[in-house]
Amino acid sequence: MKADVILLKYGEISLKGLNRPVFEKQLISNISHAVAPLGRFSIRKSQSTVYVEPLDSGIDMGLAAERLSKVFGIVNICPAARCEKTMESIEKTTLECLAEMELGGKTFKVEAKREDKQFPMNSPQICRHMGAVILKNTEGLTVDVHKPDILVQIEIRKDAYIFTEKISGAGGMPVGTAGRAALLLSGGIDSPVAGWMISKRGVMLEAVHFHSHPYTSDRAKEKVIELAKIISAYTGEIRLHIIPFTDIQLDIIDKCPKEYLTIIMRRLMMRIAEKTAVANGASALITGESIGQVASQTMESLVVTDNAVSMPVFRPCIGMDKEEIVSISKKIDTYETSILPYEDCCTIFVPKHPKTKPSISEIEAAEKLLTDPEGMMAAAIANEELVIIKQ
Amino acid sequence: MEIYLDNSSTTRPYQAVCDKVAEVMRNNYGNPSSLHRLGIAAEKEVKAAAEALANALGVRPDEIFFTSGGTESNNIALRGAFLASRGNQIISTPVEHPATLNTLDYLEGEDCHTDFVPVDSDGRVILSEFEKLLSSDTAVVTAMLVNNEIGTIQPIPQMAKLIRSKAPKAVFHVDAVQGFCKVPCKARELGADMISISGHKIHGPKGIGALYVKRGTALSPIIFGGGQQHGIRPGTENVPGIAGLGTAAAHCFANSAEAAVRISELKERLKNSFIQNIDKIRVNTPERSAPHILNVSFGGVKSEVLLHSLENEGIYVSSGSACSSHKKEPSYVLTEIGVDRAMIDGSIRFSLSEFTTAEDIDKTAAATADIVKRLRKLNLR
Repeated sequence: MKADVILLKYGEISLKGLNRPVFEKQLISNISHAVAPLGRFSIRKSQSTVYVEPLDSGIDMGLAAERLSKVFGIVNICPAARCEKTMESIEKTTLECLAEMELGGKTFKVEAKREDKQFPMNSPQICRHMGAVILKNTEGLTVDVHKPDILVQIEIRKDAYIFTEKISGAGGMPVGTAGRAALLLSGGIDSPVAGWMISKRGVMLEAVHFHSHPYTSDRAKEKVIELAKIISAYTGEIRLHIIPFTDIQLDIIDKCPKEYLTIIMRRLMMRIAEKTAVANGASALITGESIGQVASQTMESLVVTDNAVSMPVFRPCIGMDKEEIVSISKKIDTYETSILPYEDCCTIFVPKHPKTKPSISEIEAAEKLLTDPEGMMAAAIANEELVIIKQ
Repeated sequence: MEIYLDNSSTTRPYQAVCDKVAEVMRNNYGNPSSLHRLGIAAEKEVKAAAEALANALGVRPDEIFFTSGGTESNNIALRGAFLASRGNQIISTPVEHPATLNTLDYLEGEDCHTDFVPVDSDGRVILSEFEKLLSSDTAVVTAMLVNNEIGTIQPIPQMAKLIRSKAPKAVFHVDAVQGFCKVPCKARELGADMISISGHKIHGPKGIGALYVKRGTALSPIIFGGGQQHGIRPGTENVPGIAGLGTAAAHCFANSAEAAVRISELKERLKNSFIQNIDKIRVNTPERSAPHILNVSFGGVKSEVLLHSLENEGIYVSSGSACSSHKKEPSYVLTEIGVDRAMIDGSIRFSLSEFTTAEDIDKTAAATADIVKRLRKLNLR
């Protein structure tokens, strides 16, 4: 069907009370940003529905729907035909929509919604009437009111809207309604998923990546930039802070016992991320950790890592199995990039027998062996490379 | 100043090549098949390039077909010769380039049976084993002139002789992508029926290559189009690329005799410096090898880290071969010649060109020794 307009249904926001307009305003702004590169649109809302209508001719509405499927806060996306609010016109448009579909052997049902109570027929009347019209004018269709293959939906509002397709939206809350958090973004599978999950709840992202040239290649850095770019289709602009981490790693290797390397490295990463978060107005950290996945993610290790910072650390993957995380990463399209094999900083400096049950006191003692961690962290932050990722 | 020692991945084009490509692209934009004078001017460029290549290979210009590079040349040669043949067997070696191995893998599904002749610890074909595999059913034999990872030169003329006596109907294809203009590469001396060549390995442009097909060799086309290049490789010719390839081949071939000696000396110098100054190494390149490739394993060092550390010094090398370095599996060539896994993980390929200077070599030797020492100190495992 050639869509004249896309109807967007939002769910959770409509349950909000007095601050609902704040969420709606943000959602509409995010929608505008998402479709703006395709041309000019009129975007307005009415009764928990946002109408996205092209103002320029030749806009690819399929592409618009795809972009909108990545905007958090939208539950359903319905590309619709628009017509005059007369039965004659509704009949004609409905049959035109159906004419483009494969109908043989399929079942259908009509659902109607009448927002304009001045319209002469009520909803059940419209359904009955249109059902009869469709049966009479098409071939191969039969009615099934319980599990129809094709759901023909007719909404009578300012105009009449007819749609047969309902695409699932990204769900969640509009980005920008729930503050800002800093994501520790490695090149792996988990951290992009974690960032996506938190952003889904309306959170804007700041990302921090630790780069260890020459121990990791510039391709690893390019990979992280690519991952940030993929998730920014959902999250909007991401400011990616690339922190040179080699000197710190070498210092840890030089001074600290080998079995603590990873955990001390993680703690310093968290502390740098926290400092970066504070400097950029973010109030929480996000990591992709999941209990027990690797030595640095045992509960004991997580406790010690957590202890390095005072900011809350969001770990949305914490209770998920690897397969569950992988399935989300495939859904959001980060998987293929995540599995590119360039070494990242977590995989190369791995001791043979890392400590899996460290205690805070022994790690703190080991950390004391570092000469000037504060100075080194400050130097790393001062030398960060900032990449602003936009769609 | 950068020190580029990754010439087996690709080379810096000659200035004359850049000029030629730009000039032809700007001025000779006609289609070589057009009847008017712009077409004829473009056709002349193609012919001149064919002559340059023919001269370097000691063949006739009408035996040269232009392709998009080594991969396409190998595909046309292997698939085309197999299609045109009655035999069902192809003989190859386990150390070929993926462009060959994956084409053979595809042909396995087309009722073709491939036998891989064993190689010795230098990666060189064992002729007595090769002889045993040849039969009247042999359709195609394919082998590389020079191995891209370790520089081994295959005994191509001896193989050709065995083919002529044991399997006279077989077509002999030689992948000379790494060997052309580096080691002797006259078609008649090699005894080859087909030879693959790539432009960007000889200081020419990327995306252009050639396939020599000896007159009378049965070859079915594998792509179809408007009949250009006798239907073997249809499609409007990449005239600027072809002209650039011709220029590169002419220069590189003219320089090759002198350059081979000099490059070979520089390679020895680098190798000897490693042997004298760094312990726990393994030279993976055999004694008798192409002048420009030196593959060395540094024990206890991860090659990728060494590569990036050298990069910091402005020295560009390759870990194993660039084509396989995106994957994490160890190099199959090094595995085949019996290098153990730990040493494969520390292997670096230094590949020289006629632009390489003694100063480059000395700096690289010193930097490598320093870095290896430093990296070994923080060995975790």
